[in-house]
Amino acid sequence: MITDPTTEATVPRTEPLPVVATPAEADRPRPFSKLPEDVLREVVVAATAGLALAMGLRTVLHWQGLMSTAVVWYLAAMGFLIVLVRSSRGGLAATDRVVTTMIWSVGAIACGILIWLLGFIVVNGIGKISWSFFVDDLGDTSALNKGGGMRHALIGTIEQVGIATVISVPISVMTAVYLNEVKGRLSPLIRFIVDAMSGLPSVVAGLLIYSVWILTLKQGFSGFACSLSLVVLMLPTVTRTSEEILRTVPGHYREAALALGASRWRTVSRVVLPTARAGLLTAVILGIARATGETAPALLTAFGSSTTNVNPFSEPQANLPLTVYQLIRSGNKTQLERAYAGAFVLILLVLVAFALARIISTRSERRLGKR
Amino acid sequence: MSEIPLSWPAPDGGLSIGPPSPGYDDVPDEPRIPNELPSLGDRIYRGVATACAAVSLVIVGLTFVFLLWESKDIFGEVNPLKFFTGMKWNGGSKDVAVGGLLLATMLVAIIGLIVAVPLALAMALFINEYAPRRLRTVLTSVIDLLAAVPSLIYGFWGFFALMPQLRPIARWVAEHLSAIPLFRLTEPNANLTQSAFVAGVVVGIMIVPIITSVSRDVMSQVPRELCEGALALGGTRWGMIKDVILPFGRSGIVGATLLGLGRALGETIAVALVISLVFSGVNWHVLQQGAGSVAALIVTRFGEATPLERSALIAAGLGLFALTFAINLISRTIVARSAKDWSMR
Repeated sequence: MITDPTTEATVPRTEPLPVVATPAEADRPRPFSKLPEDVLREVVVAATAGLALAMGLRTVLHWQGLMSTAVVWYLAAMGFLIVLVRSSRGGLAATDRVVTTMIWSVGAIACGILIWLLGFIVVNGIGKISWSFFVDDLGDTSALNKGGGMRHALIGTIEQVGIATVISVPISVMTAVYLNEVKGRLSPLIRFIVDAMSGLPSVVAGLLIYSVWILTLKQGFSGFACSLSLVVLMLPTVTRTSEEILRTVPGHYREAALALGASRWRTVSRVVLPTARAGLLTAVILGIARATGETAPALLTAFGSSTTNVNPFSEPQANLPLTVYQLIRSGNKTQLERAYAGAFVLILLVLVAFALARIISTRSERRLGKR
Repeated sequence: MSEIPLSWPAPDGGLSIGPPSPGYDDVPDEPRIPNELPSLGDRIYRGVATACAAVSLVIVGLTFVFLLWESKDIFGEVNPLKFFTGMKWNGGSKDVAVGGLLLATMLVAIIGLIVAVPLALAMALFINEYAPRRLRTVLTSVIDLLAAVPSLIYGFWGFFALMPQLRPIARWVAEHLSAIPLFRLTEPNANLTQSAFVAGVVVGIMIVPIITSVSRDVMSQVPRELCEGALALGGTRWGMIKDVILPFGRSGIVGATLLGLGRALGETIAVALVISLVFSGVNWHVLQQGAGSVAALIVTRFGEATPLERSALIAAGLGLFALTFAINLISRTIVARSAKDWSMR
């Protein structure tokens, strides 16, 4: 046994030797992943040196645009970091450190892209929202004049997405029930097809409804046709998420219900689905968020219009993403400002849906955790 | 305190728990045979669930049948083989072929993969292995949000915000790496916007979330003992990733990449907004203005197309659908198999 010579003198042999100073300290886990100071120092030194080099090259070579400077800065900083760590700790540590820094910076890049993307739309769009945006349409405003609004597009989006939700949600949830509760003979095949469908290009969904509804059944362009194509796109999204949710319902809930003599259907409708309610709601909201932003199918089925058409079952109808797309395409400045405003509202809708889904799912997780 | 009797004498003289129930003797003492036929309600429920599940099958079937049926007009004029291998899309005439555009779509998608795969793998490793717990939830939200942003917004941002920033980089690459034929320019002052490169970067960013989430799932299935073993043997974290996680996750990562390829091929509005569409052949000068995409072709030409050209667009859509569907099936099979491999080990 190894003992400290100083304690050996004072502590009698019969008592166990104190291994650590205080019991409170012994219970505490050792801080393991704390970032050592010299690591931070090396990264800061390398980053500063890289920045100096990049800025120097920028002024000497007259670079334009921030991105090229950023790329050079990054590469130079990585180079400096390798040299620094290799000199103090050797090659293996240098590789590890550089990879760690790179992986951290990729995380930062992803956050940066998201902030840039959202910031671009918000900064450009927020000033262009006015009261007339919600109460006016583009029917009697010419392309070059200001004024007008997106009422027609908002009405179209609400109606089309609403109809698509009403059709697709029962089918999706029942498909998920089939996959996870009925577990029928077709389940592997259906799961496979639903997976493959979730990668279906949105333009193909538009073409499908165009050729079935408009060319074969001889119906005109309409909001309802757009809803049908959105159903095709929502179906796999909602089905897959719902199936994941149903899988989290504990098996003993079902067993308890069946043991009490409930039929299969009562088990599903009274026990499984209510337990998964919050998760299913999240799945539906995410499906709605996806459908709200789809442009390509609307182009082939609703076709778009600049006047307000309240009836989704006849005549072409606009919706928000489609109108924004057409405004960007028209390529003049006034139309572009309208497009920014529309894109801002679109991204707001998606963000609200996303936040709602997050809140519902974390709350339900907390509730399930307490049980 | 009065004692509550826990047992009563049973009729046969032994002890049974609980008070005797009325009619206790009437129930025959043999196992009940469960009803083999489910009740009517259950049969209806099964039927409805099966019918709903079949809707997806029907939709996929309908897509093949109807797209094929509606492209009969163009296939009456142009040999299907020629349609899918020819290089030029002459919208107004009968001389239409989608082969060139399919190739150009592939080009954009491959540039997208080159951008997306390293980013997505690093992101997956970051979330799984490096990030502290609190940061992990933030990053999963970031990835989910990137997946939720509509394609239209990516196109809008790509054209007005990203493209001006990419131009100097494209200029630099064209000047310094012109030894590679793909990076050459036809003339020194060529326009470097609206190119396959820009479209590839936009598409690449768009497919990062799907590749990240699938490869994350795969990487998190690596047995933890192996990772800990590698660290305990004195390996660095990178050593553990390189020698344990990546080899184990290889087939899953390939599957995730293919899945991303399928998404990239079908990307429509973002590409349509960013590129200037080339109808004849493939523009192999990836940095230079002009690129192709079948999906973008369909949305740009649809509004003003003649009935014959619409039929050709549907045929092009059929080709795109067949291609993406096949890629999706293959990639899902690979991912599913890689998961099964581990459960066997």
